[in-house]
Amino acid sequence: MTDVIIRTEGLTKVYPGMDVAAVDGLDLAISRGEIFGLLGPNGAGKTTTAGILTTRVIPTGGSAFVAGIDVVRHPALAKQLSGIVSQQNTLDRQLTVFENLYFHGRLFGMDKTTSKKRADELLGAFSLSRWSAASVYALSGGMAQRLMVARAVFHHPAVLFLDEPTAGLDPQSRLALWEMLQELNATGQTVMLTTHYMEEADQLCDRVAIMDHGRILALDSPANLKRSTGADTIVTLKVSDAREELVRLLEGLIGVVEVRVVGTSIAVHTRDMDHVVPRIVNVADEAHVEILDLGVAEPSLETVFINLTGKELREV
Amino acid sequence: MTDIQTISTRSVFAASSTALKALLLRDLTVLRKTFREFVLRTLIQPFLLCFVFLYVFPKIGQAVGGTHTAGAVSFATVLVPGVVGITVMFQGVQSIALTMATEFGFTREIEDRVQAPCPIWLVAMAKVLSGAAQGLLAAAIVFPIASVVHAAGVTAQLNLHWLVILTFVPIACVAMAGMGLTLGTYFEPRNIGLMFGFVILPITFLGGTYYPWTHLAPVKIGAFHWLQTIVLVNPLIYVNEGMRAAFTNAPHMHLYVVYPVMIGFGALFLYLGLTNFRRRVLA
Repeated sequence: MTDVIIRTEGLTKVYPGMDVAAVDGLDLAISRGEIFGLLGPNGAGKTTTAGILTTRVIPTGGSAFVAGIDVVRHPALAKQLSGIVSQQNTLDRQLTVFENLYFHGRLFGMDKTTSKKRADELLGAFSLSRWSAASVYALSGGMAQRLMVARAVFHHPAVLFLDEPTAGLDPQSRLALWEMLQELNATGQTVMLTTHYMEEADQLCDRVAIMDHGRILALDSPANLKRSTGADTIVTLKVSDAREELVRLLEGLIGVVEVRVVGTSIAVHTRDMDHVVPRIVNVADEAHVEILDLGVAEPSLETVFINLTGKELREV
Repeated sequence: MTDIQTISTRSVFAASSTALKALLLRDLTVLRKTFREFVLRTLIQPFLLCFVFLYVFPKIGQAVGGTHTAGAVSFATVLVPGVVGITVMFQGVQSIALTMATEFGFTREIEDRVQAPCPIWLVAMAKVLSGAAQGLLAAAIVFPIASVVHAAGVTAQLNLHWLVILTFVPIACVAMAGMGLTLGTYFEPRNIGLMFGFVILPITFLGGTYYPWTHLAPVKIGAFHWLQTIVLVNPLIYVNEGMRAAFTNAPHMHLYVVYPVMIGFGALFLYLGLTNFRRRVLA
């Protein structure tokens, strides 16, 4: 395998006054050049993990290294190697778009000329040249986000960290950001992001760690994670009454791998099954259960999450 | 074994000193852009103080300054250095406490600022340094104005003691910037109104701006000069007494008290401010 750029061993964080660990003995190895995603519901420990790696959260146990530097012992050194895009807009409101980049360069030790040149270059690359002299107040949410990414990669960080980068962005800006991150990644930029959008993890990440309660439940490529469910098609039924008889009948069908009941909705996991829908509808008729709604989909990371935790990603 | 590759980094010292320079350069840029606002907000309070006390009051015959006894200094002589002192204090509050409150609050800018490649305390220290510099600048702007705005016949007896001016004023500016940092990191953004009501106002009115500390002796219960004693916890007292020593020949608290206490307050505020800052930024 290629070289590891982020490594954590037994990483643990217990916030004062809390009796459960926010991050619980995390072992992680992220390779150079990856787009790595931490996927999980709010409170899973993703942001705390990213916080430790970016020196803002002090762990209560274990160790964490970014590009070989112990982030707990040498936070000031580690900060030279990280670029960070946080959830909120943290642009300097008193500076122009250009100045936000320029002073970032100066902060990271670039001289006047280099910083100026790099700022112009990145404004171009991120389609912000037109706004160079504008106040950051003039930027839309999507543009502000682009500027924050430009600022984060300005000093050629070893790792680009993004915390819930598309939370609150419109769908178009979200797609644009994904594209931008893929382009950066194509030039060799290692990216680590936290997200609770399964589509984001699925589309963007080379590898995804599914987290809950501070632990990693599964870690693999999105394709492998989905394959691990053992199903190729999932039929979701909304029924008038999820009686046991129906569940038993469904489980008896050839090709059905698993049947999960959550309230009045039933997820039928199937594999290599022909005529999936008519056969399921027939079974429902047989059981005298009315189908109110029916959906057919391929397994998603959401399915993986439900399989692992028994709860939905969104419900928390 | 060598799966973690170390990427070359600059030493913490080298990275920190360029970062500090950049942080100050950023503040200077912002100051240059907003210089007009800076001057206006710096001048408005001193101007009003001098206008009301040294122009309006004498004009309408309002008695200020109490019964003059032989050898008493004029009220103007008392007020002008007080105005410089209060300006330095307000600069610390405005340039640091209020900025910190916004940056910790709704703009969250602090999140980015602390990612500067240097120790976290240096980020706060940079704010203190630029706040102190703004305090000096404000004092330099205010002093001439305060000595000019008054009614005919009202004059402040100003005598410049350069040694004190060049040493005390910078110390006072750093101490007041430190106070700004302490207040800005102590009060939650939504409680900034409380800060003004319960901290800034008492400090201002009981800080010896309108009266020298030495003149508070007559306020007593029995033999106990209670007011003169209580206000000793107020850092502004020492700022104003020092300013009196720097700009006038009026009676003032002994300098060998003013200097060490001012330095002591400065150290205390920096310690509290930097500790609070760290606590607010790190989890």
